[in-house]
Amino acid sequence: MGVIPTSIARQPWRMLIPLTALVCFGALVLYSAGGGGWMPYAAPHLVQYFVFLVMAFVMTRFPRDFVALMAFPAYAVILVLLVLVEAVGAMGGGSQRWLNLGFMQLQPSELMKPAIVLVLARFYGSLPVGEVPSWRALIPVVSLLAFPMILVGLQPDLGTALAIGFGGAVVMFLAGLPLRWFVGAGVAGAAMAPVAFFFVLKPYQQKRVFTFLTPEKDPLGDGYHITQSKIAIGSGGWFGKGFGNGTQSHLNYLPEPHTDFAFATMAEEWGFIGGLFVLIVFALILRWGWNVARSSRDRFSQLLAAGMVATIFFYVAINLMMVMGLAPVVGIPLPFVSHGGSSMMTNMICIGTLMMIDRWNRMAPRSGLRG
Amino acid sequence: MKLGKNRRKRFTSAATLDASFSRRSFVVAAGMGGIGTLLASRVGYLAVIENKKYSLESESNRVNLSLIPPRRGWILDRNGAPLASNRADFRVDVIPELMTDPQGTITRLGDILELDPTTVADVHQRVADAVGAQPVEVASGLNYDQFAAVGVRLPDLHGVVPQRGFSRYYPTGPSVAHLIGYVGQANAEEYKKDHDPLLITPGFKIGKDGLEKSFEKELRGVPGARRVEVTASGRIVKELETREDVQGQSVKLTIDGPLQDFAARRVGLESGSVAVIDCQTGGILALVSMPAYDPNSFVGGIGRLRWKMLNEDDHIPLLNKSVRGLYPPGSTVKPMATLALQQHGVSPDEHVYCGGGYQLGRRYFRCDAVHGSVDMRTAIEKSCNTYFWTMVHRVGYDVLAPMARTLGLGDEFQLPGTSQRYGTIPTPEWKMRRFHQEWTAADGLNAAIGQGYVLVNPLQLAVMTSRIATGKNLVPSLVYGNKRPVGPSLPFTPEQLQVTHEGMFRVVNGSGTASIARLNLDGIQMAGKTGTAQVRKLVSRGHVGDWKSRDHSLFVCFAPFDNPRYAISVVIEHGTFGSVAAAPIARDVMTYLFDPEKALDTLHKLEQGWGGTPDERMRRRYLAFIGDQGVDDPPPPPPDLDIASRVDAESRVVGMKPGSAEKETPSPSPDASGTPITTA
Repeated sequence: MGVIPTSIARQPWRMLIPLTALVCFGALVLYSAGGGGWMPYAAPHLVQYFVFLVMAFVMTRFPRDFVALMAFPAYAVILVLLVLVEAVGAMGGGSQRWLNLGFMQLQPSELMKPAIVLVLARFYGSLPVGEVPSWRALIPVVSLLAFPMILVGLQPDLGTALAIGFGGAVVMFLAGLPLRWFVGAGVAGAAMAPVAFFFVLKPYQQKRVFTFLTPEKDPLGDGYHITQSKIAIGSGGWFGKGFGNGTQSHLNYLPEPHTDFAFATMAEEWGFIGGLFVLIVFALILRWGWNVARSSRDRFSQLLAAGMVATIFFYVAINLMMVMGLAPVVGIPLPFVSHGGSSMMTNMICIGTLMMIDRWNRMAPRSGLRG
Repeated sequence: MKLGKNRRKRFTSAATLDASFSRRSFVVAAGMGGIGTLLASRVGYLAVIENKKYSLESESNRVNLSLIPPRRGWILDRNGAPLASNRADFRVDVIPELMTDPQGTITRLGDILELDPTTVADVHQRVADAVGAQPVEVASGLNYDQFAAVGVRLPDLHGVVPQRGFSRYYPTGPSVAHLIGYVGQANAEEYKKDHDPLLITPGFKIGKDGLEKSFEKELRGVPGARRVEVTASGRIVKELETREDVQGQSVKLTIDGPLQDFAARRVGLESGSVAVIDCQTGGILALVSMPAYDPNSFVGGIGRLRWKMLNEDDHIPLLNKSVRGLYPPGSTVKPMATLALQQHGVSPDEHVYCGGGYQLGRRYFRCDAVHGSVDMRTAIEKSCNTYFWTMVHRVGYDVLAPMARTLGLGDEFQLPGTSQRYGTIPTPEWKMRRFHQEWTAADGLNAAIGQGYVLVNPLQLAVMTSRIATGKNLVPSLVYGNKRPVGPSLPFTPEQLQVTHEGMFRVVNGSGTASIARLNLDGIQMAGKTGTAQVRKLVSRGHVGDWKSRDHSLFVCFAPFDNPRYAISVVIEHGTFGSVAAAPIARDVMTYLFDPEKALDTLHKLEQGWGGTPDERMRRRYLAFIGDQGVDDPPPPPPDLDIASRVDAESRVVGMKPGSAEKETPSPSPDASGTPITTA
């Protein structure tokens, strides 16, 4: 992997240009999914992108110490919001993911994804080097990770809970915790999986897993989503059916053509070439992010950057695997393409964080390890 | 794994952590890259390699193909008159999605179509339950006036779709039932055999019996199709294209439709069959089995009660007696026997004395009368058993069975749509095989007069008569223009045939057993032979006992005597003497062939006494029957007189049908659909 010479560009154009292209392409897809109009999806998509891009530029100005200082308070506030969501939901007599703040619907679980990465990076960044292989490196982190995962899982939002877990696990792995812990956790997880499947998952979640394994058995029920999505992608061919000509999406065969299944909507109209474009753009963005992490000189920045990349990656990978029939249906949208403010906000926070670390790297490129 | 090194390290320094980060970040990046590659290949696999499959599935999602049932080919008689046709069937559907005011619209439809309240309530319910663009049927089998009444109000009736389909129509109903068969909806078994989606298309019928079944392939036609683009919820977005159906081929039969109708009606209240064969070609002109069911009443599905009534009838209306009814031929085999005897050296002029019976060993075989001295011709004329016992005993029964076979008895003919029972022409070998018993002389004597083990069907009797009449080996056929080659010539001399013909001539025109059958026509004379077949051994002959134990009445004949054109067999179950029930029917059917007006006069008088045509009588009986069962039954659609008047018995005579003078001229385009008839 190449190293970007920091002197060449003030702004990370290598990331910003592909990202903006992807968002614009996403807007085209949403234009078609919206029945050939800017409303209700395409225009808000672009507006949200530019609003959150401004937010990302603002974030870029945050100094490193401020971010490190804010890590634990931010985590605590979001955790309290999660508890609030649970409480409001319990009072309202049903599950709930949003807090109505009057001016917007806030989904605290979305904020928790970058927050967990931040708090773990902060924890390992300040952990004395010698204690990394000890239990002291593990127990606090497990509790930091467990609370939000359980709260989000209770909502129930398995996809987001797993995303939080994945981000945390990547940070822990890169923090240098002994490998045997991961192997042990993996073995234990594999052993626990059947138990969890039957006692933890709700019946509808179990059904999704069964349906994922054999979608053909239930082509008009739960397997319908996966089957229709595969038909949409498969019928696109090399170059697709043409902009605005997707029948699977326009005739409502494809469920959620503007959110979870936006990639299928895109692939039907733009074909394999369109799919490759999206994948290559993601590869460019993630590679840039990864390089930001690798060129960071302190552990906090390293882990924070890598965790953000992992969080974006998790979104992309799970969504694409789902629409292509490689994973069960979990409600995770495709970053920068799917319609949805919460998802755009989370992903732009990740991007903003990466741009911020990139700026730290450029400002103090040769500083040694601090803390 | 290289990362395993960590395990051995007890000390961790900033440098080792840094190195660990480098290694591990490489692993994670490689993992991400791997998943990315996997995803890219998956898109490629779905979109490029499996593209054909998914394009097809996408197309089948998008396009909804609804089949339009093809109009069934007509079944025509030899003159092109329809024995089975189609008539416009008007029905009214509603498409719930397009209805602005379902409640009000359905109520209005109910008023316009005069539907009863239960039907209206049922439609309300089905519309409420309906999803998407699937039409809901409101009423079918409507007449044109009702249909038109809906049509003119259409602008106010949103979502109402008047549909015009076709249903099978048999103008002469019961007269052709056993010959033509009937149509009905395909059942699950038939769909399993042939997975054509057409079979489960609403309104599509397949042949269930008779010619309708055996000519299914020709008659079916090619369905039309309507391709529409639909959303997942079934809403029609736009119409793509519509392909018209192709009507099935017509099948033209050797049957003479009016004759068939006449013969069927002439059977009257009796249970029996009539077969008429064209002596020039072997074509079957009529093949009647009565009583019968009305195939029109089966088209919409066979009602349970209707079926029950037919099943309980002791006249067995569900059996095609003309090819599946087996009867002892009785004396109708005597002309055949005279040919066999002459061939084996018996002089026609040799006399046998009939003293009222024949002594065989210790058994005495009683003749019907004391006939005195009889020769061969007189033996036929008087139906003298003694003569045949004497002669057959002399030459041996062995000579009779081959002759019976030569003339078509015991034979199964290649005729479409009939499943024949071919009966028994007994031989010593047959008896040994069947009963493990030796053939006795008494068996031979019984067989010689068409009793004992001998069983034939009415069609075989007609074939036998046609072959005796012409001396040609006529092969019966049903499909017009598909003339069967005449078989190997029959081994009789004209002189031998002449003797037999003269005997049969005297049966009708001399002092024979069937003088009642004499034709009242100028210059046309008929020859025939009666038969009276015992049903039970011990019952004496004539009008005794209950219907079931009376003798069967048979008559075979041909005319004109000097130049045979038509051969007829009539079998009336339990009709007593051949001359009583069968011969008059044969006479009238033959009369119809030469003078339809005269024959119809006779028929109309008879039908007045019987209480109407078979259709009318059956309808009354059914109403009485369901009345007994305390159920109501909707009336069937009224007959289509325009079509019927082209093929019923009256159609042959202008001005014959009472009160239908204006209907005589058949419309130039007979097909209700306006499609020209193709001739098979």
